[in-house]
Amino acid sequence: MPECFVAKAVDLKDGDRRIVLSGKHEVGVFFKDGAYYAYSNYCAHAGGPACEGILVNKVVDIIAADRTYEGQTFSDELHFVCPWHGYEYDIKTGECAGDRRLKLRKYEVIRRGEEIFVVI
Amino acid sequence: MDMVRNEVRNLNHNEFSETKSLQHATEQARARNYQDFLIVDVDSHHYENEHYREVYSYIESPVMKMEAMESINRGGRSAFLNSQVGYQGLSGRITRHNQRKHYKTSGKDKHRDIEITKEWMDAMGVDYSCLFPTPMLFLGLHPQVDVEISLCRAYNHWLCERILAHEPRIVSMLYLPFNDPDAAYRTVKDFGDKKGVVGFMVTSPRYKPVHDNAYMKTYALLEEIGKPISFHAAYSWDDRALQMANRFISVHSLGFMWFNMIHMTNWVVNGLPERFPKLPVLWIESGLTWAYCLMQRLDHSYMMRTSDCPSLKRKPSEYMREMYYSSQPMEIPDDLSILEATFKMINAENRLVWSSDYPHWDFDLPSSVYDLPFLKEQSKRNILGGNAARLFKLDSKVVKKIP
Repeated sequence: MPECFVAKAVDLKDGDRRIVLSGKHEVGVFFKDGAYYAYSNYCAHAGGPACEGILVNKVVDIIAADRTYEGQTFSDELHFVCPWHGYEYDIKTGECAGDRRLKLRKYEVIRRGEEIFVVI
Repeated sequence: MDMVRNEVRNLNHNEFSETKSLQHATEQARARNYQDFLIVDVDSHHYENEHYREVYSYIESPVMKMEAMESINRGGRSAFLNSQVGYQGLSGRITRHNQRKHYKTSGKDKHRDIEITKEWMDAMGVDYSCLFPTPMLFLGLHPQVDVEISLCRAYNHWLCERILAHEPRIVSMLYLPFNDPDAAYRTVKDFGDKKGVVGFMVTSPRYKPVHDNAYMKTYALLEEIGKPISFHAAYSWDDRALQMANRFISVHSLGFMWFNMIHMTNWVVNGLPERFPKLPVLWIESGLTWAYCLMQRLDHSYMMRTSDCPSLKRKPSEYMREMYYSSQPMEIPDDLSILEATFKMINAENRLVWSSDYPHWDFDLPSSVYDLPFLKEQSKRNILGGNAARLFKLDSKVVKKIP
């Protein structure tokens, strides 16, 4: 499988990303909390640049033991958001938050020495 | 190791262009050969608030002009215009809303809004676009009717002189100050023959019934000059019923249907299609499901209560099927046969007109129609451009330049 250069490891800070274009492939490569993730940059909804939006944690309702509502907060699950319409994807799986059956194509990321590659 | 040539992009959030932002839309336009046929967007927007100083300069009353101009200097405090609570930009998730400030014009067009509008039109593959304001969609709820009349007149003058006069690919259905029926009539009289004016638009959130006798002369005038009336949906979180909703998704989902359902019901039940049989009526930005629902519901009741709507000679759905509907936001169900049935109900092949609503948060691309598997190629082309070209009397020649 062909490998495409992404960046030198030292150039990717926590939360950084790169968009890799190779032939018909357009891939978003994220570096977050010591791990690399790579997904198709085409949103499952309308084809928007899914990997080019903000990173934001999943919003959750706080429901008390007696089932009353106590407000909202962010969970630990990190999402990247398609900037066209707001479709959110789990950065660890590429699953769409609104319907987990929808997934972005996942690509393998490998590190060779000080350089990062994505396998297309 | 098998290496391939590739390009790596870093994201720069301090620059913005429609061409870059919509690059994937352009790929769709090329792949689907949009260059081969006409695409008309019947509902797109600009942000007139970015040009309030220009718009306010057209306010005729010197007193109100002073008030409006001074309000610009006050910033967000104690506004001249009303607004609505609502986080349409999804708390920053829709990044183009904030990045717009980085858009740099080249100066090749007469106005920034002409340049930015044409840039996204070409990127999507759109030939003509019907441009509407954004904050003014709530102006029908302003407590001072005088302000609606004055600002509407100023905006219409500004739009005609600064935008429509200079760019044939941008047209508009001008804002009608519907809270004052006489002012609405004057608006059609004064602006009906201006370049690029393809009809007139009522912003739906308001509390004036469309069947009031005071509006009949305006409908008659529109029918006489052969230009359509449209009802552009929006929401009001201040509406008594919607005050019970606690999230924007609820207010948006219901509000954009709610006001148009009421106006449509009044329009049909009071027999306005019989009184103005040649007046085209266009319903904008309520999606499609509301029409299907209302057709069935009104037909059901009508058969038992014809005495409530004696002006009707046919079922309500038969009149509704003769009206026009903008497509966005097209609610696409998992089971496409449901959408296909909706298309059949509203006579989509002849009465559905594609709209983007760009640059708003829930915009649609032409592919929302083009990719529907149950449509034939000619039906797609009708919905994407042919129907609107006939409605607005536009030249059917393709004029876009897809990058």
